[in-house]
Amino acid sequence: MAEQPASLANPLAARDHARAQGGTVVEAMPVLPPTAGDLPASVSTEDLLWEETIAAGGYGARRLPRGARLRLIDLHGDAAATIQIFNAAMPSERLNVADTVKIQWNAYLGAGKLLLSDMGRVLMSITEDSAATHDCFCGASTPASNAARYGAGSNSGDFPSARDRLLLGAAKHGLGRRDVHPSITLFKGARVGPDGSITPDIGPFAPGRQIVLRAEMDVIIVIANCPHVLDPRPDYSVTPLRATAWRGPITPEGDDIRNATPEGLRAFLNVEDHYRC
Amino acid sequence: MTVDPHLDGLPGAVVHDEIVPARAPWLHAVAAGQTLRIVDLEGNQAVDFLIYAAADDAERYSAQDTVAAQANLFLRTGTRLLSNEGRPMMTITASAIPYHDTIGGACSCESNTLRYGHHTKSQHACVENFLEANLGQGRAKRDIVSNINFFMNVPVEPDGALGIVDGLSAPGLTVDLRADMDVIVVVSNCPQINNPCNAFNPTPVRMIICA
Repeated sequence: MAEQPASLANPLAARDHARAQGGTVVEAMPVLPPTAGDLPASVSTEDLLWEETIAAGGYGARRLPRGARLRLIDLHGDAAATIQIFNAAMPSERLNVADTVKIQWNAYLGAGKLLLSDMGRVLMSITEDSAATHDCFCGASTPASNAARYGAGSNSGDFPSARDRLLLGAAKHGLGRRDVHPSITLFKGARVGPDGSITPDIGPFAPGRQIVLRAEMDVIIVIANCPHVLDPRPDYSVTPLRATAWRGPITPEGDDIRNATPEGLRAFLNVEDHYRC
Repeated sequence: MTVDPHLDGLPGAVVHDEIVPARAPWLHAVAAGQTLRIVDLEGNQAVDFLIYAAADDAERYSAQDTVAAQANLFLRTGTRLLSNEGRPMMTITASAIPYHDTIGGACSCESNTLRYGHHTKSQHACVENFLEANLGQGRAKRDIVSNINFFMNVPVEPDGALGIVDGLSAPGLTVDLRADMDVIVVVSNCPQINNPCNAFNPTPVRMIICA
């Protein structure tokens, strides 16, 4: 909270007061223009697209071009990145979590896995993953679920829900309530037992775990950083999430992830067909 | 007079009774307090199922909210089917099979190209049924979310391997759902012929609504 001056009775005093706040540095903020001291050696600063630390309980939303890489880092070990992904040119095409697990014949995400749309295409692929605790089943916390656990769950209070954060992030790209779809939560896991039971794997984990996603289409990604809906802790526990994106080449025909499975290859063929013009 | 075994145990008078042909869509309102019974007439027929709040159809069934609330993937007798806003829409009040699926989603022409090959692109699919039924009420593609698959079996192995396997159902088995709010139910009587969800033979189902 900024220090309260004694009096701001005229517009120029108010202007000076506002301007004096510029240049303040906090942990959770975007960096403009983007800079990052820890890019892969092959990436130049000119290719940086986005550098932002998303607040605990906050959200980010970004349009990324085909070929871009998005690196998410769980800075302090307790981030929970609940995501939505849309085809930026036609947002009625979006992440389909059911197809993502069904078509890859597996419930768990990790390096090499694809995030599939409802149109048989791959929106993003996971090129690197040092976390391996991700959740395709439990979705986003809601105002109701947060109110039940923390006593409150609104955007205007201290315990905003992932769903409300996704709604705001989607709204800023012209999307609405009908567009916020089933989600995936990165960095927090959910293990399935033989009877269908779900055991959340919440951590907190070692700081610095990261996942790198490659945009296989022009996408809008919305990220909410709120406690996992099944986080058993009585306190609203979440830490900042760092997002860094840079331009990269479109996936070539010889790419290992593209060719890893027959289903995945057909998803890439469908993407390549979509962009054929 | 012949007794109709499919009406056994229904809590009230029948207000609607309809056979949904194999491969077809179906849409019907179910008022709060009414019970919808689905009868798998010939056995092992997947019934893809979406729910919209009648008063505000941007509120709709949420597989993930339902799963998270019970910390279990499978839908069983007693499962409350929650909306994307966390409210109970319907409750499974009886089921003749142990559990139903809500992680397998709906087949589509597009996903069929991934699962089976591009030769299946022209086959009929559940998303086609969902679209057709929803378009008549002003809903569209973005209103289609993860659905329920009644009578479909999708186990998850310890290593995460999952898939649609042989069903648990048999001719005449039923599931009952009580509406907890006024809802619109949208069904695709699954036309899939490339996996075991319909025993490779889509068949009719019967939908009975009672007061």
